[in-house]
Amino acid sequence: MLQVCGDCGAVQYPPRDACCKCLSVDLNWRDVSPRGQLLAETKVRATTDLYFRKQTPVRVGTVKLDVGPSVICHVHGDVGADEAVRLAIKLDRAGQGVMMALPVKETPFMEDDPRLREMSCTPKHRRILVTDARNPNAPAIVRALQSAGAEKIFVGISEDWRPNRYHDDIMAMPGVEMLPLDVTDSKSVEELAAELGGKTDILVNNARYVRPGGLMTRNDTVFAQSEMDVNYLGLMRLAQAFGPAMCARTADGTNAAVAWVNILSAYAIANFTDYGCFSASNAAALSLSQNMRADFRTSGLRVLNVFVGPTDDDWHQELPPPKVPAHTLAGSLVQGLVDGLEEVYCGDVAKDMIERFRASPKIQEREMTGFRS
Amino acid sequence: MTLLEDLARALAGGSLEIVDLTHTLDPDFPVIVLPPEFGQCARFRMEEVSHYDHRGPAWKWHNISMSEHTGTHFDAPSHWVSGRDVANGSVDEIPAGNLMAPAVVIDCSAGSAENDDFELTPDILLEWERAHGSIPAGCWVLMRTDWSHRSGAAYLNMRDDGPHSPGPTPDAVRFLVDERNILGFGTETIGTDAGQGAHYTPPYPAHFYLHGAGKYGLQCLCNLDKLPATGAMLVTPPLKIRNGTGSPLRVLALKET
Repeated sequence: MLQVCGDCGAVQYPPRDACCKCLSVDLNWRDVSPRGQLLAETKVRATTDLYFRKQTPVRVGTVKLDVGPSVICHVHGDVGADEAVRLAIKLDRAGQGVMMALPVKETPFMEDDPRLREMSCTPKHRRILVTDARNPNAPAIVRALQSAGAEKIFVGISEDWRPNRYHDDIMAMPGVEMLPLDVTDSKSVEELAAELGGKTDILVNNARYVRPGGLMTRNDTVFAQSEMDVNYLGLMRLAQAFGPAMCARTADGTNAAVAWVNILSAYAIANFTDYGCFSASNAAALSLSQNMRADFRTSGLRVLNVFVGPTDDDWHQELPPPKVPAHTLAGSLVQGLVDGLEEVYCGDVAKDMIERFRASPKIQEREMTGFRS
Repeated sequence: MTLLEDLARALAGGSLEIVDLTHTLDPDFPVIVLPPEFGQCARFRMEEVSHYDHRGPAWKWHNISMSEHTGTHFDAPSHWVSGRDVANGSVDEIPAGNLMAPAVVIDCSAGSAENDDFELTPDILLEWERAHGSIPAGCWVLMRTDWSHRSGAAYLNMRDDGPHSPGPTPDAVRFLVDERNILGFGTETIGTDAGQGAHYTPPYPAHFYLHGAGKYGLQCLCNLDKLPATGAMLVTPPLKIRNGTGSPLRVLALKET
């Protein structure tokens, strides 16, 4: 997405206040072709920057885009001299948007390029903790992470004195280990962090407590307390216990800690009355995830929020479609990790929610709260 | 020599022993699990407030939370709909005189070892009485199943059709309440009723009849195998919670050695 002049059609980069061709201020951000040609390249072999000392040599080049501008960008190892390239926009470890020139066609194992891997949080070769084996989405998430090449997947199980209907499904997959974890119990979280904190490369928090009902359809705070205890305080307990160890391992060779994944309701963005109290707990979690980003930022540990609308499970039975099946959520989650993103909106409801929010938060709130089903 | 001096001397001399019938309050101790659409029994939780550190340099303490019916606990009559209008039906209203009482122990451990759904019937009670004499009025009746030797999944023993654990039949409870006028009924399992107690008429007969008659319940007891069939004395004061329907408590038994 680059600035395109509404008057003369020129595409410009870097962004400016006026068009570099005609001085018009009618500049619009538009998706443009990412294709271009590598013009020149160099390798940075020495640096005074502590972070980049481990990253050298760093390949940097100039790419002339088909749509006009030339950009300085990272260059993938498989791109040959003077070759055609496609540019991808990535977040680097500092959370800054950067461009990277990739081969036009996929090359074998291209995701293993050190620079690209540095900007991705791909599950490949990584050790991952999924926090809740009782969530109906747990088998699908474990399966998707495994298909994406995860080396080891730990799955947290609360209250092993209760049966878990997903147990056999999860344990049938190779490379999976189930360990006690109850996000509502600080001691349990601390104990698992003591065991696993030093080798968790990606933490996927899929623990969730959901019950239908809004403020006035309930007449107590009992379910709401459970929602806050799991969805908000559970995240806080996990972050306080696992965050420091993961932040300390963000440059630990091939198996560095790279990402923290939260699965949030799209109704964290604006309250959905039918699930009003659940929405509120997710709004709290969303706010806390921003606090996590601030605290994790300097370490480079990425916080990926996957927003999802109603999921296809028992607690959303009464809602009409569309509902997101677990494998779709799992697929979006893995893609978000591979792409190294901070936000993923999974399914039509989540995409609609964020579009309306970006257009006008107040109109969205009015629409969400104005009509009663 | 007064009675209490005798008591103190007996305790100090070891001719009286105190047996702790209480499980440790622990986040991992199973609680009753209802179908998910119902409100659930809160687990025991403990959050550290300070640990001789910047949050409180000279002291360590915790905030704890739980249900009235978590861990080894006392059921007051107001816990059940049948006891909602019973006088002095909540834990804060129970007369102090009811908080110490003799106990008899019905040993159902052999049957429970063979059958997870073992039932305590009037016949078993009558057979016990032939050996030990009539169950006295105003005493606790404790059902020993050795269930407290189990832990984790085996303790709750949940299957697809719900939990399976021993308990009394409706007739047995009616016998104890109507014919013997006991003070209360105690078990080693998660409730005073059998795991499948919902399938009796009325459902959960121990809760229904005991509390309807103003009697009490004790559950999640342990060490019942260390008590004599007759002659033990229980100390069972629940927390004095305003309108509380029950309370976790420390249950102590005195027995002669």
